[in-house]
Amino acid sequence: MTKSNTLPFVLPIVVLIGFLSLWYLITYINLFPAYALPSPGDVLNSFREELLSGRLVNDIIASLWRVAVGFSIASILGIPAGLWLGQKLNARHAFVPMLNFFRFLSPLAWIPFAILWFHIGDKPAIFLIFMATFFPLALATMVAVASIPSIYFRVAQDYDYKGVELLTKVTFPAVLPQIITALRVSYGISWVVIVAAEMVGCQDGLGYGIWEARNGLRLDSAVCYMIVIGLLGMGIDRLLAQLTKLRGVRWGYER
Amino acid sequence: MKDKLSNCPLIVEKVSHNYGSIGVLYDLNLKVYAGEVVVLVGPSGCGKTTLLNLLSGHNEPTSGSIRREGIIRTIYQHDGLFPWLTVSENIFIGLRSIHNTEERTKELHELLMLIHMEDFKNHYPHQLSGGMRQRVELARVLAGDSDILLMDEPFSALDYQARLRMRRELNRLLETRPRTVVFVTHDIEEAAQLADRVLVLSKRPASICRELKITAPRPRGLTDPAVITAMTEILTELGLNTEEA
Repeated sequence: MTKSNTLPFVLPIVVLIGFLSLWYLITYINLFPAYALPSPGDVLNSFREELLSGRLVNDIIASLWRVAVGFSIASILGIPAGLWLGQKLNARHAFVPMLNFFRFLSPLAWIPFAILWFHIGDKPAIFLIFMATFFPLALATMVAVASIPSIYFRVAQDYDYKGVELLTKVTFPAVLPQIITALRVSYGISWVVIVAAEMVGCQDGLGYGIWEARNGLRLDSAVCYMIVIGLLGMGIDRLLAQLTKLRGVRWGYER
Repeated sequence: MKDKLSNCPLIVEKVSHNYGSIGVLYDLNLKVYAGEVVVLVGPSGCGKTTLLNLLSGHNEPTSGSIRREGIIRTIYQHDGLFPWLTVSENIFIGLRSIHNTEERTKELHELLMLIHMEDFKNHYPHQLSGGMRQRVELARVLAGDSDILLMDEPFSALDYQARLRMRRELNRLLETRPRTVVFVTHDIEEAAQLADRVLVLSKRPASICRELKITAPRPRGLTDPAVITAMTEILTELGLNTEEA
């Protein structure tokens, strides 16, 4: 019993230690020049340096803020748009090709427009996050609504649910498990996009940090930023995963 | 509560229904009396569910008229409960018309006791067995001031023993809370055990080809002579009585 309980914690640590050892070994035997592949020790030093100067914390806050704003705007607009489209067949006919077109357009293609329209700072990055997440969120919600079993609506009709009540008490809870999944997926997209967005339109943020490191040939600092990006991404996804434990949505994951 | 109803809460007059060029129901006449349990049986695909959809007002017949009085509620084959709500919350849906919270809570407790599910009131449908789910559905349609229950093969997704138990359960519930019931099934045994009146539908386009009154009191055992006689007659009508063939 205890063995199977501890394995999920022990195994990833073993893999991590293996990975770090391999990394250390490669740098120890100088397989690559030191400027091209920093050693774990260099990265640790640079981590201390960035932390003490306050730059790292500042960049983390800047990136989190941009993702939070862009992602929130995309959710606030995208989920209702999907709810509406899911219920209107003609609206789907009208808008879906266009939505799909924009979904497949890499958000990075908007970088020139983002900078021309919003100059530099938070706004172009927020705009890019929005462009990256609005379309998948709207489409996922729409598909979820369109595939709600018709029996729920029949029951709703039997018990006289109409209008706003039908939307909030039947349609929305029926698709909530899928919306949570869509939120997790598009949050992942936004966390990837923020790094690229900050490389061009910003003066701070985690992406900018990597860009700066490249310019100064400080790859130790770049790796330090990469580790922070990966860990933060995982951590926030764990937080979003808590949403799937809400009592009213468990049914969506257990059937 | 029930005295507002006239003698015949459901009257179907000369109803025909087509899906495109396919005639499903033809010139169907039916009167359902208050408090009566009418069971519709017929070959599969003969239009039993179509008829229920017309009775509930979900669809309009191609021709003819249907008069209904009172509040109609339907029990479906399965998945009629909202999976995001607990047992209590699902039953509360049936009590929406009661605005007094105290009264509503009291009624909820009565219903939970009636279906023996007090211990499961905070469970979600996916945590229950098929039979338990159908019992919650029964509680929900019986809640509040419903008058007519339409049942669309409500026990067909259950195993045989659960079906037998649910028939007994339905009889018991209807004794405490009498309702007018139109029950659709392909299960002849079920029809013979539950019905005051069995209507046998013909093949498509369906009309009523046989009406059978069963006067023996409920609950009726499987081996009750009245049940066996009724089953024999229904089987004969459907051309399935091999002993005669």
